[in-house]
Amino acid sequence: MTETYIGAPIRRREDVRFLTGRAKFVDDVKVPQMLHAAILRSSHAHARIKSIKTTNALAIPGVVDVITFEDIAHLAKPIPIRAYALPGLERYLQYPLAREKVRYVGEPIAVAVAETRYVAEDALDAIDVTYEVLPAVVSVHEALRDEVLVHEENGTNLAARYSISIGDIEMAFRQADYTRREEFKVHRHTGNPLETRGLLASYDSGRGELTVWGPTKVPHINRAFLSSFLSLPEQKIHFIEPDVGGGFGVRGEFYPEDFLIPFAAIKLGLPVKWIEDRREHLMAANHSRDVWCEAEIAARRDGTLLGLRAKLYGDMGGYIRTHGGIVPASAAGLLPGPYRIPAFECAVHCIMTNKTGLGTLRAPGRYESCFIRERLLDMVAADLNIDPAELRLKNLIQPTEMPYVLGVTRRGESPTVFDSGDYPMALKRALEKIGYGELRQRQGRYEEGKYHGIGIGCYVKNTGRGPFECARVEVRSGNSIAVYIGLASLGQGHETTMAQICADTLGVPIEQITVFHGNTDFLPFGGGTNASRGTVMGGNAVYLAAQEVKCKVLTIAGSYLGMAPSDLELRDGQVHGKGAETEKPLLSLEDVVPLAAPTSRVNPLEPGLDATAYFKSDNLTYTYGTHVAHVAVDPETGKVEVLRYVAVEDVGRCVNPLLLHGQIVGGVAQGIGATLLEDLVYSENGQLLTTTFMDYLLPTSTVVPPIEAIILEEAPSTLNPLGVKGGGEETSLATGATLANAVANALASFGVNVTELPLSHNRVREWIRRQQDKD
Amino acid sequence: MSRKHNIIVTVNGKTYERSVEARMTLADFLRDELALTGTHVGCEHGVCGACTIMMNGEAIRSCLTLAVQTDGSRLMTVEGIARPEELHPLQTAFQERHALQCGFCTPGFLMTAYVFLKETPAPTEAQVREAISGNICRCTGYLPIIQAILEAAPIMRSA
Repeated sequence: MTETYIGAPIRRREDVRFLTGRAKFVDDVKVPQMLHAAILRSSHAHARIKSIKTTNALAIPGVVDVITFEDIAHLAKPIPIRAYALPGLERYLQYPLAREKVRYVGEPIAVAVAETRYVAEDALDAIDVTYEVLPAVVSVHEALRDEVLVHEENGTNLAARYSISIGDIEMAFRQADYTRREEFKVHRHTGNPLETRGLLASYDSGRGELTVWGPTKVPHINRAFLSSFLSLPEQKIHFIEPDVGGGFGVRGEFYPEDFLIPFAAIKLGLPVKWIEDRREHLMAANHSRDVWCEAEIAARRDGTLLGLRAKLYGDMGGYIRTHGGIVPASAAGLLPGPYRIPAFECAVHCIMTNKTGLGTLRAPGRYESCFIRERLLDMVAADLNIDPAELRLKNLIQPTEMPYVLGVTRRGESPTVFDSGDYPMALKRALEKIGYGELRQRQGRYEEGKYHGIGIGCYVKNTGRGPFECARVEVRSGNSIAVYIGLASLGQGHETTMAQICADTLGVPIEQITVFHGNTDFLPFGGGTNASRGTVMGGNAVYLAAQEVKCKVLTIAGSYLGMAPSDLELRDGQVHGKGAETEKPLLSLEDVVPLAAPTSRVNPLEPGLDATAYFKSDNLTYTYGTHVAHVAVDPETGKVEVLRYVAVEDVGRCVNPLLLHGQIVGGVAQGIGATLLEDLVYSENGQLLTTTFMDYLLPTSTVVPPIEAIILEEAPSTLNPLGVKGGGEETSLATGATLANAVANALASFGVNVTELPLSHNRVREWIRRQQDKD
Repeated sequence: MSRKHNIIVTVNGKTYERSVEARMTLADFLRDELALTGTHVGCEHGVCGACTIMMNGEAIRSCLTLAVQTDGSRLMTVEGIARPEELHPLQTAFQERHALQCGFCTPGFLMTAYVFLKETPAPTEAQVREAISGNICRCTGYLPIIQAILEAAPIMRSA
């Protein structure tokens, strides 16, 4: 295949509508007679609902209805788990509205529907809820004591527990010259896409068909859930994905509102729109990261790692959400990282508390485990007097060891096998880029009022999660080629990258291709966009479908021309004799279209120039890289300034370097913000204190340092025809680890040992002061 | 139903006469009353900047402004920056530099940049960084946005 497009930094074809204000996000979609919903949410972390009085709300002019659990009881059931259904979690699921009890601040209690959102919010103020407030449990330590039970019918807050074990951990610790044990805490934070969640549901009662604008991320899966809730066949439910303002793992799972809004539309016989506001989003959309870990590492005196054991606790919140135990399970799953550690043992615990449910956020669990492991490695290096870069080079898995079988690190899944990679090279490139040789002399130095530190973080990330993805390519006319993908789009640029793959594979100019995504009507099955699977799964499905269509084109053209298809090729939308570079084309694609029509007499195949293909994979590809950061810490204020940030990553084969570079800069910036600024803070009685952007601080342009990104293609994947690995999540994964190591190095003279995130300035200042008080 | 107030406001060169409740925000007025959905609402409390538009030559937060406050004013939204069928140099530069991913923050950045470059036609990188520090982007990490604005500045000066 001629490669004009794959690998090229093609500017995005979808941009114009976003730049000119003509994009259609869900709140931009308007249908006639639309009503507006607002959700009444619990203001208590843990309480029994004694009564809900709706008469005053219903009396407000313009209020159409107030829906409570009573109204949905005949259809209501717990929202199921779609992934990581660890045994035991199924006892802690959430109903779409609170029944008798609320378990976190923000839990939906009622839905008010009115002619405008303004009036719907007036209705919320007039709904009278009587609560019997219960004590709230807000920390994992407290929850483990099982004194206050979040779900008393289950008798415990320990929702699930399992262990993984590789090698002989006892022997590793017996043989070790050196061991180190620490406790780590990663803070609760979330992704905050700039667009909050929203849905518009419209029910055609004549036909019994429901249309919902807004679903994204995993639309086919969510449609199946909704079908089950409503007892409405899937083919009568149409999900339309509008433009989507980011997701980062948070948007697109099946939330209570994904049932409530369609339910309201059906009940009221009118379209109902619900757009979340930011305060709601911060308390109702999934939180993430909240992990506490006791970890212990064993090594030889020369720094050779022998073993790693850990106990991981995930603070799951009041209910288990659709991706089950993914956060702590994923933290355990790659805790050893890209290193050769012969023995590994990890116990994973899911603990319930009275907080918002825990779900995915860009590289769930792996931002956490990278921090834990990379901090431990720096501690080992310091204790054994080995340079942290040398220690890593000594223990990183070598390319000659690929594919590297780690073993089963996720309960119930096949063994973790790193497909390909040159991990030492990624580290060396990063060190070279930042000038580590010279720069390391500034470790811990006090210069012009600040302490300098350089930190390293190496990582590996599973990408390209299967088991399948679907794509359909259809040539409708010579200049109209459609690619339908089962992926969703939340800003990744699939309309460009998938067109690139189709253009090169089929042999047509990219201008003729349009990519359609997200709607459940396009394809019968779709896996959605998450877990950095788009390029691997969607890209290869497009490749397979385009191959099939090209084959059809050449077969039909061959039949017409009296030539063997193997003597023909399709280039730039023209059929040429193979090898006849300079001669005129024999046929254009435009000419072939009627030859493929149902009425054609020269078509030996089924009518049409289209093909639906599935790319199936039970393997994961492994993207990897190294981050290095240079920081300066002000000991008076505790402020951490990032002076330089280098991010090296290897995706095997890069479809669009402009877009991947964008993901790296964006992901690093997001990770820097998360590590230095963000924190979801609860009071002792379970009140979320950070419910606005004045309290929950997001990174702005003044916080982001120069970010130097290097994209490597040293190790294409052996697991798919395009040789690609996924990208997107891994870009922020190592930021916590890298910055924590930099800060620890900067403050080494104080004896500050960084074992917690975030590195906000009040906390850093506190750590310095505590050490100073000791002296 | 509470009392409504008549306002006359010019948006992107077109004059509108409408009757609105006192509590209706300007953002909602533009989006729902005038069907100009290019202006977005990200936080509704004036921090994220997604709702930024130009009012009488200044950049303002339309989520913190009431529609009634715009009576007699001239507004410009993202739909009005470019001539029809053309892209403004800022828009071209944003596409060139991949300064947008999900696109939700983009109208706010374009309006902030548009007003800023009128006031500071030849900015330094540091000035641009400061000027956009009141707009949040979750996707791009800001660096390509800064580059796009620096790239568009000389083109706008020569126009």
